[in-house]
Amino acid sequence: MKVILRNPRREIDVDGKRRVKELLGELGILPSTVLVIRDNELLTSDAVVGGDDVLEVRPVMSGGRDATP
Amino acid sequence: MKCRKCGGSAALELRRHNAAFCPPHFIEFFRKQVADAVHRYRMFSREEIIMVAVSGGKDSLALWDVLIEDGYRTAGLYLDLGIFDYSKESRAKCEAFAAARGQTLHVERVADAVGAPIPVVQQATRRPTCSACGLSKRYLMNRAALEHGYTVVATGHNLDDEAATLFGSVMHWQTDALPRQSPALPSTHPKLVRRVKPLYRLSELETAAYAFLRGIDYIVEECPFAQGATSIAHKEVLNRLEEASPGSKHNFLFGFLDRARPAFERAEDVALQECASCGQVTTGAVCAFCKLADLVKRRTSGETP
Repeated sequence: MKVILRNPRREIDVDGKRRVKELLGELGILPSTVLVIRDNELLTSDAVVGGDDVLEVRPVMSGGRDATP
Repeated sequence: MKCRKCGGSAALELRRHNAAFCPPHFIEFFRKQVADAVHRYRMFSREEIIMVAVSGGKDSLALWDVLIEDGYRTAGLYLDLGIFDYSKESRAKCEAFAAARGQTLHVERVADAVGAPIPVVQQATRRPTCSACGLSKRYLMNRAALEHGYTVVATGHNLDDEAATLFGSVMHWQTDALPRQSPALPSTHPKLVRRVKPLYRLSELETAAYAFLRGIDYIVEECPFAQGATSIAHKEVLNRLEEASPGSKHNFLFGFLDRARPAFERAEDVALQECASCGQVTTGAVCAFCKLADLVKRRTSGETP
């Protein structure tokens, strides 16, 4: 499958089937910090991905804020 | 994974709530959280026009969408920071969002007020970029609201933002900052507009999911100045805690708001006055924004090293 990562944008190829949670673990990404998108749908961590899937792993963290409340 | 409400296929798991939701029920959950926040802190009424400060990112556009969908009267405010293509793209997202929904969008250029865009301000002052940027945004939000006659400004700060800010304040025991950390800051001066954060009950993951599911075209790329920001480091620490113990961020922030903040609130007693230079509200003779603008002017004209 093809995995599209952001910030900076890049693509990697990953062989085999696994759950989203396992894929993120291999990539060193905490599940609560990204949306995982396939065919314009959000996937939960138990979804199985692989084969010809194209996944976007989209970070959700807003960057850089002034520390003043 | 199944939706807690209907048993359909879930789109998002919320571990801190021990729940998962399908798209329609997640959107319902999200809007209810915003409605609860607005009600709990009496953020605004249906008679007011709410100025929503938008950046083109997921949080502020999600907030604007929720308020419009809930029937509130709103107007947007976009502050053009002058950060290269990032600002051009984020402004375009805000303009497209407003146009598609028939909403007014006010645009203010930071460079017009401070004398230079944020990248030049950063070079000229050698302050942390997010600090000068945040100061400018708070000042310009208040000034724009006053000029256009709005009584309340809503920002897209979410649970992660608020928890990270609280973490930073506690790490440095900034006891003067703690009472100001609230989902709603009332107007304590005729020239100070009420500021509210209706997304404070919702995590970044949730605001991103809402924006995605609603088809909101937001800017995914990070601000180029965000890399290495302290607030990001704090968020990363809190995310690891959250992973190990879901609900940590929620408990940290909500515990503070419910039980600790009142103690610091009593300790704060600051006299407000009008800035001798611009007339905006400040605690000193000249406000921090005018000092910043003066420094930028002197440094960029070569007057002062």
